[in-house]
Amino acid sequence: MASMKTSGTITEETGAGFARDETGSIQPTIENFYKFCAEGKLMALKCNRCGAIICPPRIICPTCFHDRFEWNRLRGRGRLLTYTVIHFPPTQFQALAPYAVGIVKLEEGPHLPGMIRNVKPEELRIGMEVEVDFETALPKEWPRWPRYFFRATS
Amino acid sequence: MRNPIASIVSAGVSKFGVREGLYTRELFAEAAKEAFEQCPNLNPKRDIQAFFIGMMSESCEHQAHVAPLFLDWIGLLPIPAFRSEAACASSSVALRSALFAIGSGMYDVVLVGGVEKMTHLSTTGVTEILAMASDFPFEQWHGISFPGVFGMMAVDHMRTYGTTEEQLAKVAVKNHDHGLMNPKAHFQKRITVQDVLSSRPVAWPLKLYDCCPRSDGASCLVLTSPKLARRYTDTPVDIIGSGQAQDTLSLFERENFSTMKATRLAAQEAYKMAGVTPSNIDVAEVHDCFTIAELIAYEDLGFCKPGAGGKLIEEGATHLGARIPVNTSGGLKAKGHPVGATGTAQAQEIFTQLTNQAGPRQVSGAEFGLTQNVGGSGSTGVVHIYRRGD
Repeated sequence: MASMKTSGTITEETGAGFARDETGSIQPTIENFYKFCAEGKLMALKCNRCGAIICPPRIICPTCFHDRFEWNRLRGRGRLLTYTVIHFPPTQFQALAPYAVGIVKLEEGPHLPGMIRNVKPEELRIGMEVEVDFETALPKEWPRWPRYFFRATS
Repeated sequence: MRNPIASIVSAGVSKFGVREGLYTRELFAEAAKEAFEQCPNLNPKRDIQAFFIGMMSESCEHQAHVAPLFLDWIGLLPIPAFRSEAACASSSVALRSALFAIGSGMYDVVLVGGVEKMTHLSTTGVTEILAMASDFPFEQWHGISFPGVFGMMAVDHMRTYGTTEEQLAKVAVKNHDHGLMNPKAHFQKRITVQDVLSSRPVAWPLKLYDCCPRSDGASCLVLTSPKLARRYTDTPVDIIGSGQAQDTLSLFERENFSTMKATRLAAQEAYKMAGVTPSNIDVAEVHDCFTIAELIAYEDLGFCKPGAGGKLIEEGATHLGARIPVNTSGGLKAKGHPVGATGTAQAQEIFTQLTNQAGPRQVSGAEFGLTQNVGGSGSTGVVHIYRRGD
């Protein structure tokens, strides 16, 4: 069986609390993606073999099956590919409804879904420019990941 | 045309709808009882060798390990029982497991079905349970509900192909028209395009009447190896094609939000196996969890070109009596969508059609049928093709 060792090069100064492999590299996990969000950074993996930019992170490169990456910071800007306005949300989002969500194509290539804030529903347009931002308060519920969201580029 | 993989010799479906005070084991027994009673030559205890059940969620009734439970409740202990979970495609995947069992030669007579009990939960509760079929870290965590995922598909389809809210509404109107003729359907109620357009927004552009209801219900099929079918009935329905494919759990990771690649691949596999083309299909049951999903299904199944789904419903081509009647049962929209039950309920409708038992909603002379069942937002796609066995 092939080794499943995953590893990466640290390209950013980061705080404590990241899960690291035996070489000290920050593991390419979703948990670590959200830990970067807590620092206000939208991060992607870059595959050490094929160069694919992977966001959200995966422990196996979906393009070439490689398992070594480096974390790179994304600019956090992109365009809205599609969207909807949710009127019947799950319980923890009741207070926000109606709210917009969409899928963003980031400048570096990956797609990322999320809430679109600070935009009136009637002003939502496919192709509109958005940028990422981060909630500062940690959610109370498991797994307490800090949420990123998108807003119209000012 | 290939030899059949297996034959359906009987089928049963419970009444779909709000079945207050009845739980999954009782609903499933209702469907099984109908299948057994309609097949007098079948001695279930003696003949049935294995059981396959599709159910999505233990959360609805706080009940897991349901395969032996349902088996017990229909009096078939101790034969082996298997449960499949593929969200809304759970029982279509169970059906494929049953086909593997028969195709392998390991068993000759099996029971396959599906069930779900949902109406005792609040809308919020059901929303949360169904949302579990979408990606937790990047969809659920960001408040993206299931209707929200399909709302994003609809926005993309409207933008890419010019599909209109009126065309979406026409899917709901048609399926309610069909449901009027199905006494087992959740709704027997005619609706108009205006009713749909003026219903409450759920996930724009989808409104309440673009969405299937939450329902309670169960369905099942008795499958045999083709060589044994005539022992049980003079009018079997053969399964001649079966396809399944998977896609990313999340919508956002796909290249195109206006199609379901898993359906397209499953359909290619099933058509090729069956040796038929879309033009051969006389009647189809497709996965209209939301109206947009039916239009996308028309395109992915080859009933029309990509992007032409809106035009197809507009022309009335998928109504009973037209070129390719779709969802004569009422579909998920009007028959109801007890999620685990849906796949084998679609097959039950095709069995009813191809054995000429559909009464006022009968497609005259139907020889070939098709079912298309979707799990999640298209992460599972299952297509089956059926032929009247005479």
